[in-house]
Amino acid sequence: MSEADPVVELADVSFGYTSARVVEDVSLRIDPGEYVAVVGPNGSGKSTLMRLVLGLLRPDAGTARLFGDPAHKFDDGARIGYVAQQASASKEMPITVREVVRMGRYPHVGFGRLSAEDHRIVDRALDTVGMYDFADRRITNLSGGQRQRAFIARALASEADLLVLDEPTVGVDAESVDAFYDLLESLHADGITVLLIEHDLRAVTEHAARVVCLNREVYFDGPTDAFVESDALARAFGTAMPVGGDA
Amino acid sequence: MGAPAFLLQSSPTDAVLWPLYWLLGLWSAFLSWLGGVTGLELLQYGFMHRAVLVGLCIGVMAPLIGTFLVHRQLALIGDALAHTAFAGVAVGLFLNAVVDLGVSPYLTAVVVAMLSALLIELISEATDAYNDVSMAIVLSTGFALGTVLISLNAGGLAVGINQYLFGNLSTVSAENAAILLVLFGVVVATVAVTRNQLLYVTFDETAAAVSGIPVGWYNRLMVMLTALVVVGAMQIMGVILVAAMLVVPVASAAQVASSFRSSLLTSVVLAELAVTLGIGVAYYGEATAGGVIVLVAVAIYVVTVLAGKLRSRLGDTTAADVGRISAEDESTAD
Repeated sequence: MSEADPVVELADVSFGYTSARVVEDVSLRIDPGEYVAVVGPNGSGKSTLMRLVLGLLRPDAGTARLFGDPAHKFDDGARIGYVAQQASASKEMPITVREVVRMGRYPHVGFGRLSAEDHRIVDRALDTVGMYDFADRRITNLSGGQRQRAFIARALASEADLLVLDEPTVGVDAESVDAFYDLLESLHADGITVLLIEHDLRAVTEHAARVVCLNREVYFDGPTDAFVESDALARAFGTAMPVGGDA
Repeated sequence: MGAPAFLLQSSPTDAVLWPLYWLLGLWSAFLSWLGGVTGLELLQYGFMHRAVLVGLCIGVMAPLIGTFLVHRQLALIGDALAHTAFAGVAVGLFLNAVVDLGVSPYLTAVVVAMLSALLIELISEATDAYNDVSMAIVLSTGFALGTVLISLNAGGLAVGINQYLFGNLSTVSAENAAILLVLFGVVVATVAVTRNQLLYVTFDETAAAVSGIPVGWYNRLMVMLTALVVVGAMQIMGVILVAAMLVVPVASAAQVASSFRSSLLTSVVLAELAVTLGIGVAYYGEATAGGVIVLVAVAIYVVTVLAGKLRSRLGDTTAADVGRISAEDESTAD
């Protein structure tokens, strides 16, 4: 992949879990260094779109490419950092922040042990997100905002080029949300590509440079300023939506 | 008898297991010596040497696998596979009775349990049913198959079936102990090699998939390892109680451990404690070993729950059920 190649490229992608399409004729190109937010109402296909981008689902029609390769065949997982609302493990799982962040090195070491250099990278990632002092705490005992920062640190530890976040601030208090987006912005300023699936329109319009408004199909794709001025939101949601509320 | 003479006169299974019989001989000699030094009566019998070895191996491999299962909320899969292993035992006994195959019922249990493990995954993937549905289907089918096979040849099979249902210290043969050593080696080596991937899949399946880990393959690997542990533990725990060793020590460790690594180690230590105390009490109390081991494990669990509560009251935030860090703490991390 050359520098000019897109990180993500969807061309006329359609997908449905049944015969009904959840995503229809979606085309999307994300270039290196962009900060793109996808917004839309509940059930609009945002998370499905994310899974198509990541190659976790294969399109029924169209093509999905990741770093130039077909997304479902892309095998350099270290280049992608993924942050979800929450991990799938039980809430009682005794695991520390450091152990979670170390997972970011697993694509690099495979079946091997982490080297001294791997541990240094983990420590640096913890420090970058301000979680070094919390490294040996159980992650389930942290607040929502701290947990999400730990997941960002995991992505940094993997030295990802693309950060994909699926509604990362659900259940996080307002103060921590702001701190979280400040961190995201500083990482983006350092050159990381950000794809954010988000329900919080205020956060999107304040932080993302480009907005994609989705409700099965793309209603808007362009600069955030133009999105705020447009009627895309009202059309996508089927009603007037004040920017600054939850999508 | 020397090795060449033994190999010429033995069955193919014995020939394969011969190096392990040699190890068992060493182990037995060691425990005999220990029995002589300590004066412990239970260490003076060959069958107890094998039972103790099997118990110690179970104390390592059951929590090793159980840690990954419990935190994926798959605690009941051990129970499901134990019931299918019972069907496997019934198949072995049936074949031996009908066609005089001469195969160890534990080997047929390994095969049936592993196929059942794959069936659970297959049903989950093919029908999108929740895992507990596929587990319930396989559990019922396994037990039904076992009971039908036993009823078909009640005279020949019913006699020995209790040892599989409830476990028995005195029926651990050299062959079964050797088979368990093989299972132990496979389980421990596989977890040692794939620990990174198993941990990632356990903690966050989607993130693991994004990072390039073939999650489906590791899910299948995990259920197959579970099947091996279940069959191994069935010898002294019995079908009905085998799942407890996968779950109870892990639940105990989760109460007091501060990290995943320490929870793994703690669960193994607690399981070994339950096994050694349980075997000792069962021997001198003339009770069923499986039941006593589980009761000891549950008693340890109660103690760890109380210890966890005590730690949380004393303000140690590493315990499992401590409240979340305050907003004041959060601001210090910014």
